[in-house]
Amino acid sequence: MSSNDAGSRERHWEKTRNLNTVIMILWVVFAIIIPFMASSLNSISFLGFPLGYYMCVQGSLIAFVAMIWVQNWRQDAIDDEFGVGD
Amino acid sequence: MATETAGKARFIDNLGKVYALYTLGFLAFFAFMAVLEKMGMGAQAIGVGFLLFTIAIYAIIGWLSRTAEVDAYYVAGREVPALYNGMATAADWMSGASFVALAGGVYFGGYPYLGFIVGWTGGYVLVNSLLAPYLRKFGCYTVPDFIGTRYGGNIARLCAVIVLVVASFTYVTAQINATGTIAAQTLGIPFELGVWLGLLGIFICSMLGGMRGVTWTQVAQYIVLIIAYLVPIIWMSNKQGFGIIPHFSYGDAVQRIAELEAQYGLKPALEAIPGVSVLTTPANAPAGQGWAMVSLAICMMAGTASLPHILMRYFTTPSVRSARRSVGWSLTFIFLLYFSAPALATLTKLQLLDPTLATSVIGKAFEDVSNLEWVKHWSSVGMLAVADQNGDGIVQLNEFFMRPDIVVLATPEIAGLPYVISGLVAAGGLAAAMSTADGLLLAIANALSHDLYYKIIDPKADTRRRLTVARVLLLFIGAAGALVASLKLTGILGAVAWAFDFACSGLFFPLVLGVWWKRANSAGAVAGMIGGFVVGSWYLYMVYNGLMDPWFGIDHIRFGIIGMPVSLVCMVVVSLLTPAPSKEVQDMVDEVRIPTGATILGTGH
Repeated sequence: MSSNDAGSRERHWEKTRNLNTVIMILWVVFAIIIPFMASSLNSISFLGFPLGYYMCVQGSLIAFVAMIWVQNWRQDAIDDEFGVGD
Repeated sequence: MATETAGKARFIDNLGKVYALYTLGFLAFFAFMAVLEKMGMGAQAIGVGFLLFTIAIYAIIGWLSRTAEVDAYYVAGREVPALYNGMATAADWMSGASFVALAGGVYFGGYPYLGFIVGWTGGYVLVNSLLAPYLRKFGCYTVPDFIGTRYGGNIARLCAVIVLVVASFTYVTAQINATGTIAAQTLGIPFELGVWLGLLGIFICSMLGGMRGVTWTQVAQYIVLIIAYLVPIIWMSNKQGFGIIPHFSYGDAVQRIAELEAQYGLKPALEAIPGVSVLTTPANAPAGQGWAMVSLAICMMAGTASLPHILMRYFTTPSVRSARRSVGWSLTFIFLLYFSAPALATLTKLQLLDPTLATSVIGKAFEDVSNLEWVKHWSSVGMLAVADQNGDGIVQLNEFFMRPDIVVLATPEIAGLPYVISGLVAAGGLAAAMSTADGLLLAIANALSHDLYYKIIDPKADTRRRLTVARVLLLFIGAAGALVASLKLTGILGAVAWAFDFACSGLFFPLVLGVWWKRANSAGAVAGMIGGFVVGSWYLYMVYNGLMDPWFGIDHIRFGIIGMPVSLVCMVVVSLLTPAPSKEVQDMVDEVRIPTGATILGTGH
């Protein structure tokens, strides 16, 4: 079975790791950098909200939910590609 | 037992129907209470009705889920579908603090406090990417079970148990405290009695069925708590003309509050009143506070990914894929409440501050305000105070005192909603506190019974003995928690933040590196757990007691920022100085990284 082949496992893990890296970078942006910069973002108005405030109470939260669902969708595809989905 | 399995299979297949019926039943009960109120039923009786009705349902579910099997007791038989596990996790997660204190915190705390909002949601990205699917593949019963097997040796297991117990116990006393507060207020009994009564309800859900009982009651509790949180917001929003769903349209309210705050001026009270406070922090003024906000968020996020009562929920799904999917559902369900809390805080603040609204109190005559029904009600229990301290006969912003915790509980009355809404909110708060207390007590008792008793003290114990030990421990830990709670040592929120800091200081890096760094070994993990936990606790002790000035503005609720890097450095340095883990352990890590195949630990291990 291809899933037990060491090379294929390595590629599976490499793709998994890359996906994770992308998600972690997005996480740093939405969980740390944007909330940190709320003050300067507040001069921009979004849906009637100051943008910095909006991101802290809604925008980043929506991004988190989306990130998890997208990551799971991509990870399922990676698992299926290497025949290791359960 | 064939009959039991058949009954269980039927229940799992019909989950949608069962819980839809339950939701309808709850709404019907709500409507029934509303009719009774119209017919002249008293406020107290409605509150009692709500608490008794919901607790009776949880008790029935707890009784129906009783079990004598290890797998069912520890991980609900690993058959909870992703969607329902998401609801159960959301209830497990959203504590009395989220439900009762979060909106009040935003009301009084302003921008730095939003660190809780971002932190208590963003942590799930870490759970999903770094831990949940891999721990599910591992097949462990408890979090120390993973540490103990991955790193090998009883010392690592024991360290994990200690961190888990300290973090979860800190957290559970706060939950039992919240249960007691709500029970005491609604039933009109002394707080100490309320605490023990709340504990009784918690035991009914968790004693007989373990994780299985807790799972199915938590799903029911999530449904109650989310209805109870959203109904008042939607109702109030309609009254104020922000539309059916205020979440995307309260931007104007945010701007208006900034204007009003500038107009009134945010001054400290002339004379402080103990236990209640006036508004001094602007709602939206982030300049120069970025670090305060982000440091809090980081601790809460890493803590989320290290708190055992959350991680162990992902051990209950049928597969790795469904474990991941259920993290997605969890955050979706949690998000519903978390993006509503700031809306609630804003609308409530506007109602109190804006002189053009009929509900406002600031700038009104002192005489009129102190005669309002809700002001009298909450003043009589010491949670609110209006004092004309400058003697001008008019209520100023710095003469209106409130306890932050009551923003959610008092909002229906402030907005002039019928009392049936207050009863609903009380039931929701109780559901939130009870479900979290259940999960935490179970996490502690399972770690002690499985990891300490079975794995370390008596590996030959049979199933019956293991489950008896687990239940007896549950009883003792619950009683200890109630005893501490009845002493009223800490406020709800302080203790909750500490639990996250303890967990991330001690467990975050040993857990994450256990999956992501093959070179991590036992000595390193032990060093990481002890180093992070001890240094974090020392910092908490020094700063909390004023023996030391906080470094870089890191106060006692953020001590994870100190503990985590220490933990990381200790773990990496000690791992590199000691021999690499054996080939078997490295193969085990490889095996954890792919979803297919048997779990590392077998059933009933």
